Amino acid sequence: MNGTVTSISGATVCVDLADLKIGDRVFVGTSRLTGEVVRLVDKIATVQVFEENRGLGIGEPVTTAGEPLTVALGPGLLGGVFDGLQRPLPLLLENSGDFVSSGQNPFPLDRKKTWPVTTSRKPGDHLHSGEAFAKVHEGHIEHLLLMSKDGTLQQIEEGNLTLENPVATLADKQPLYGWHSWPVRKARPYQRKLPPTRPLVTGQRCLDFLFPLLKGGVAMVPGGFGTGKTVLEQTIAKFADVDVVVYVGCGERGNEMAGLLDEFSELEDPRSKRPLKERTIIVANTSNMPVAARESSIFTAVTMAEYYRDMGLDVLFLADSLSRWAEALREISSALEEMPGEDGYPTYLGSRLSGFIERAGVVKTLSGGQGSLSMILAVSPPGGDFAEPVTQACLRVSGALYMLDTQLAHRRHFPAINWTQSFSLYSDTAMAHFVEEHGEWAKLQARCRDILQREEALREVAEVVGMEGLQDGDRLLMRTAEKIRLDFLCQNSFTEDAFAAPKSTIESITRLVAEHDQLSAALDDGALLDDLLKEAADAPR
Amino acid sequence: MRLAEHQYRSVSAIRGPLLFLEKVFAARLGELVRIDAPDGRALTGEVLKIFGDQVLVQVFGGTQGLDARRTSVSFSDAVMRAPLGAGVLGRVFDGSFRPIDDLPMFIPEFRQPVIGAPINPVARAHPEEFIETGFSTIDGLNTLVKGQKLPIFTCAGLPAREMTEQLLHQARLPDGGPFVLVFVALGLTHFEYQFYRQTLEHMQSRFVAFVNLADAPVVERLLAPRLALTVAEDLAFRQEMDVLVIITDMTNYCDALREISTAREELPGRRGYPGHMYSDLASLYERAGRIHGRKGSVTMLPTVTMPEDDISHPIPDLTGYITEGQLVLSRELHQKGIYPPIDVLPSLSRLMQQGIGKGQTRADHRDLSNQLYRTYAKGFDLRRLEAVVGRDGMLAEDRKLLDFADLFEADFVHQGKVRRTIDETLDTAQTLLDAFKGVTR
Repeated sequence: MNGTVTSISGATVCVDLADLKIGDRVFVGTSRLTGEVVRLVDKIATVQVFEENRGLGIGEPVTTAGEPLTVALGPGLLGGVFDGLQRPLPLLLENSGDFVSSGQNPFPLDRKKTWPVTTSRKPGDHLHSGEAFAKVHEGHIEHLLLMSKDGTLQQIEEGNLTLENPVATLADKQPLYGWHSWPVRKARPYQRKLPPTRPLVTGQRCLDFLFPLLKGGVAMVPGGFGTGKTVLEQTIAKFADVDVVVYVGCGERGNEMAGLLDEFSELEDPRSKRPLKERTIIVANTSNMPVAARESSIFTAVTMAEYYRDMGLDVLFLADSLSRWAEALREISSALEEMPGEDGYPTYLGSRLSGFIERAGVVKTLSGGQGSLSMILAVSPPGGDFAEPVTQACLRVSGALYMLDTQLAHRRHFPAINWTQSFSLYSDTAMAHFVEEHGEWAKLQARCRDILQREEALREVAEVVGMEGLQDGDRLLMRTAEKIRLDFLCQNSFTEDAFAAPKSTIESITRLVAEHDQLSAALDDGALLDDLLKEAADAPR
Repeated sequence: MRLAEHQYRSVSAIRGPLLFLEKVFAARLGELVRIDAPDGRALTGEVLKIFGDQVLVQVFGGTQGLDARRTSVSFSDAVMRAPLGAGVLGRVFDGSFRPIDDLPMFIPEFRQPVIGAPINPVARAHPEEFIETGFSTIDGLNTLVKGQKLPIFTCAGLPAREMTEQLLHQARLPDGGPFVLVFVALGLTHFEYQFYRQTLEHMQSRFVAFVNLADAPVVERLLAPRLALTVAEDLAFRQEMDVLVIITDMTNYCDALREISTAREELPGRRGYPGHMYSDLASLYERAGRIHGRKGSVTMLPTVTMPEDDISHPIPDLTGYITEGQLVLSRELHQKGIYPPIDVLPSLSRLMQQGIGKGQTRADHRDLSNQLYRTYAKGFDLRRLEAVVGRDGMLAEDRKLLDFADLFEADFVHQGKVRRTIDETLDTAQTLLDAFKGVTR
């Protein structure tokens, strides 16, 4: 079935192709640009084109793929670098050079690579969609090959197979490959959701100690420019205690992606001792790539994340930044001349966003295991104003808020997490787990919060009366608070200190609080703070 | 593919810089058109939208003198391309790539679409080679590296131009070589431009300039930086040169974008700027960078004048979200007579970490820079306290921190028109920190 281009307005193109469904993937023009059907009126379909379409002419041919936008799921995704449509960027580089050109659709996975397939299934076994029919080893991960529909095995093979060789044949003669495709906008199914219970250790003292996240939880990280969103996200991507990391650079800087790629190839996973790259999937849609592909990039990425979750793994999804995604949505909506809501964003921003964020969670998978998908989502509020729609819409559906503070960033206090305004709804659950390991955890956390809070109040007093006017006890408190801020909450991502294990985190805060209590007791006995501090400074280290 | 050139006299409407045509056969998006005005002038334009046989064209240059009856429009069947080649060096062009230096047009070796394609992220080489600018506040605290885009956020009346000029004279690449300059003047006054002109004359043909002054057509203001960056990419990635792109002033660019966007009847966003301004700015800024296996580089130093000195205004705000840091000039420092008046606290170079330390600058660089930041930030905060309680009401340590902040501004930030090597910068830092040993934790 063929149609033609009838009108073009930027990346929004109308075509006269019949029998299209909303969401269908179409190929537009002689260079076969990928597009998605977003509106049907009479016999004309409106298509959002995902690639640069300058040069596209009226009357050029349009064909349909007959299915929605999908991703290929199978072994070989880990270590991959894809664009927002899951096109493998290294292969694009090989095929078309240093600049990304339009109209290329290489297969996302390596078809020629052989995988040693093993299975415990036998011919005659009836399997449901989502159940594993075989497995391969992908790096340190046991990669389950999952059914994409129900079926009875007629015959199944083991041994070294490529993605082009069928692993099994079903009773209806359909071949079963090691990969299958899945529509990106359709959440992958599971048996049921479970409440998150296990903490996700990020290695950031401030987060793990004050605002812990759970596996399956969702945290948002809003911050103005220069507050260190990207560095924080990337540091967590390196050290978080999960099996698989999916990182989406959504409308962000190309140079940052290059830096990330370099680092991930060099660094090794502190737990498995294998290159970090082997547990990571990167989706890179830089800010100068077409906006429609930016909009789809988070769906492409989350579908791959769900796929690994369905193998019973702990997956962490990081997006930088969701605001760029929302802006892409706004640009598309505006091109479609939809009625704008707040700040020009479409009114469905909130529902679209919550639909996406609810793809996180702990689930009992269809294959009977338990997997988790956690999300840490950066948000870039314009002008650093947190009242804007994207931040607010995110806030309604996330369980933890790590608010980055411009003032702290200007002081080079990194990570610039504001400790009075951030929160974690997972705190109690995580605490129950941490307390098992370290009995003092909850008590120390309360002490630490208290000290920081009192410092805030004292600072206001000090601004009126000066430090001279404060009591020794209050000055000691301000000194301790400063130490907690500089030696504990600050963490340099470019040194050894980038990752702190829970054990060392609890040790450092124990030491700081103990020192405070000791000096405080001495003050109660009548000593003077200046003498005590002098003594401490003179004492050999 | 159309074999013959198509020519139409079917203009149905002219609105601002936009031209509406009817009964056009098979137009292309972004297609370059030639417009012949009744008075014999020839203008160029670009196809913006097509609805069947109706076409919307954006005209580069003024639409004054065009009419519906006699104006004819020829379709070229190709998108707009920039002429490229070695002959471009040492030349000055207007916003439509016409020479304005009284010399004939150079002979192009080939042409490339001006819109440019995104660099494949896996092809990018991470910028990490130190560029010595000669300014302590940049080299020491906000280090610039090759392939970075680092804007200067200035306020009206601050010496951004003097700094840019000085930087052009002083900047040294890691191997000691000079840059090739691609200079883009957007909406500058003739008065300001004459100063840059003198600087260009000293560059001995190692420059290309695109000049769209304040009274030149607004639409060309959107085109000029794209032409310039297409040239910059060619110089860098084909002719293997290290290119420094200076665009001044991006605020004028954004205002032009707003003007044209309104004419196109697009939905206005914050302060009337179009919703796609982020993507539009990114399509310019993201063309900076380095590529694996290629020698050249594109480094970008755009100037952004913050309207009302407001850093959260959409223009500096969106710029800051795309660029790799920012250098912020401060009116307060300027009034104290400090030059360059760079306020280091809100300034940032995101790519600094890889560009400094042993092998690049000096082993003690990172440590010195961290100490300076911490101590100055403390001293800076205490100034508020000083204003309330007075100096005498403060602890001895705090008074020292105040002194540090003052000296830091006077000795480290302030350097006048003198160039400092990185060693001189770091030594100045060391001396300053040594004098305040007790408080510089």
